[in-house]
Amino acid sequence: MNYYSLHTLLFIMFICFSCTNEPVEQYAPTPSALKIPKLFSENIIAPVIPSNNPQTVEGVRLGKKLFFDPILSGNNTQACASCHSPKNAFTDTSRFSNGIDGRLGLRNAMPLFNLAWNYNERFFWDGKSFSLEHQAFIPVTDPLEMKSTWADVTEKLQQHPEYPTLFQEAFGTSQIDSTLVTKAMAQFERTLISANSKFDQYLLGETELSGEELNGFNVFMDETKGDCFHCHGSDKNPLWTDNAFHNNGLDETFTDLGLGAVTGDPADNGKFKSPSLRNVEFTAPYMHDGRFTTLEEVINHYSEGLKNSSTIDPLMKKVSQGGVGLSEKDKADLKAFLLTLSDFEFINNPDFLNN
Amino acid sequence: MILKKIIPILLIIVAAVFSCSNDDTAPQSSNITFSFSHSWDGTPITNSDFNTIKFTNANGEDLSITKLRYIVSKIIFTKSTGEDFIFEGYHLIDLTNTTSLDFSVFEALPYGKYTNVSFIFGLNNEDNYNNNYQDLNSASWNVPDLLGGGYHYMQLEGKFIDNTSTETGYAYHAIRAVDNSGASLSFEDTFFEVNLGEANITDNAKFNIEMNVAEWFKNPNTWDLNMLNNMLMPNFNAQILMFQNGQNVFSLKSIAQ
Repeated sequence: MNYYSLHTLLFIMFICFSCTNEPVEQYAPTPSALKIPKLFSENIIAPVIPSNNPQTVEGVRLGKKLFFDPILSGNNTQACASCHSPKNAFTDTSRFSNGIDGRLGLRNAMPLFNLAWNYNERFFWDGKSFSLEHQAFIPVTDPLEMKSTWADVTEKLQQHPEYPTLFQEAFGTSQIDSTLVTKAMAQFERTLISANSKFDQYLLGETELSGEELNGFNVFMDETKGDCFHCHGSDKNPLWTDNAFHNNGLDETFTDLGLGAVTGDPADNGKFKSPSLRNVEFTAPYMHDGRFTTLEEVINHYSEGLKNSSTIDPLMKKVSQGGVGLSEKDKADLKAFLLTLSDFEFINNPDFLNN
Repeated sequence: MILKKIIPILLIIVAAVFSCSNDDTAPQSSNITFSFSHSWDGTPITNSDFNTIKFTNANGEDLSITKLRYIVSKIIFTKSTGEDFIFEGYHLIDLTNTTSLDFSVFEALPYGKYTNVSFIFGLNNEDNYNNNYQDLNSASWNVPDLLGGGYHYMQLEGKFIDNTSTETGYAYHAIRAVDNSGASLSFEDTFFEVNLGEANITDNAKFNIEMNVAEWFKNPNTWDLNMLNNMLMPNFNAQILMFQNGQNVFSLKSIAQ
């Protein structure tokens, strides 16, 4: 190799390596890890956070603003929070919620908390939505709910004096689209963590339960009595739901097919998602159609009101007798236990209020 | 000039680096996979067979399956020298989750002859009670403390036609047998070891293991679903019957290598 060749080689190497170590300025929002409660980290697996939508301070802040803003609705009158009120554990007290036209929805609004621990990521009573981000797409355009269009929503947000900057801060772009809107809302919804009920405190050794509450817990865990634990969690599963779909014996025939309408499988007809029993004190009325207004009615249903059908869950026992027939004391104690799942700190958490 | 000195050195380094990489050293260990399939007396069962009454048990009851989940654990490969290679973990099989049917046991098990391969159906007492398994808790797999705590071994659920011709649910849940009728709980072990026999391991060994679901209702105890269909977890005698019937449920169909 001669002198010129050596210089040529060195020059090429210089060109090749000259730019590789230069820092590239890229905007990155501030990471904001979920605050995972001790009982959760000890007992259940990690929450689901999509790799393409990490939690950030700016994303959560934006999601919260969107959640409480009626700008997402067609006539600017209804926000997500209109039907998902913090004081009701992010549901409302109506059997069916009013949309912007005053028309009623078809199912009871679901409460919102601990959503990041829905491992199968199927949302809504019938599981029609996969992922929290996709769930947030649906109410905006549902004619019985916010009755808007994404084109209209994104245009309003784009013209808003604050939102373009907030999106810039959250996602590094001021160009707003539905994907970023739902990503922000999902980030906020993942922060809605409830884990400080009396029963949580009992499990942490911070308080005691009454005799009635303890007996109610035993009724809950006893396969010959309530047998609630197979679908609704336990002292080892603080979600108080299996997030799965069951026919719990409400009807002999179905006017609402539930999961069956989504999968097309008749074996899924009449199946609906097990709701969490956490915060059940705040989430009346109950069931997918809000047919029960009190916890007593719910307990009576499982005790003596079961109706047989082709898809009723095998765990619904003594169906021909209407159920297991709990004593009045066991019913009262079971209710007392259920009320220990109320998390007052959660419903009053200023991070979750419109302030 | 400089390159004239550097190039030979570079060549030596390159030769040294790559000189051994092409040695034809055959691997001396195999990855081991367990693959579970299911049948009803030889007729294959998958989750597509669920929810339809299409099986008949030894007692003549027509039935369906709506759920089948079970746990296997502590897989042991024993050499003729007595040396054991132990997979200390556990695996939850759920027929509705087809990815759960296969799982890796070892990434590198030495080639050669093993006098026995075995696994535990369920969890032995040490594994059952001394651990808090987050994945199993998340799968609602727990046994209530009222029954001693720990975890289920199996959840087999479905419907059967009862003696009034009514479609009735059954929940054949296997746990450690417990008598809770007295002042304190009294237990009898109902996890069991399944021996698959000897195996000669060469490369990429995949153990195809079958559960004959019909056996749970057949041998040695003819299971009467009209009598035993639900609330079986606190039923000590039912758990013993399950334990006995489970002895011949599993069989090794083949070792693919």
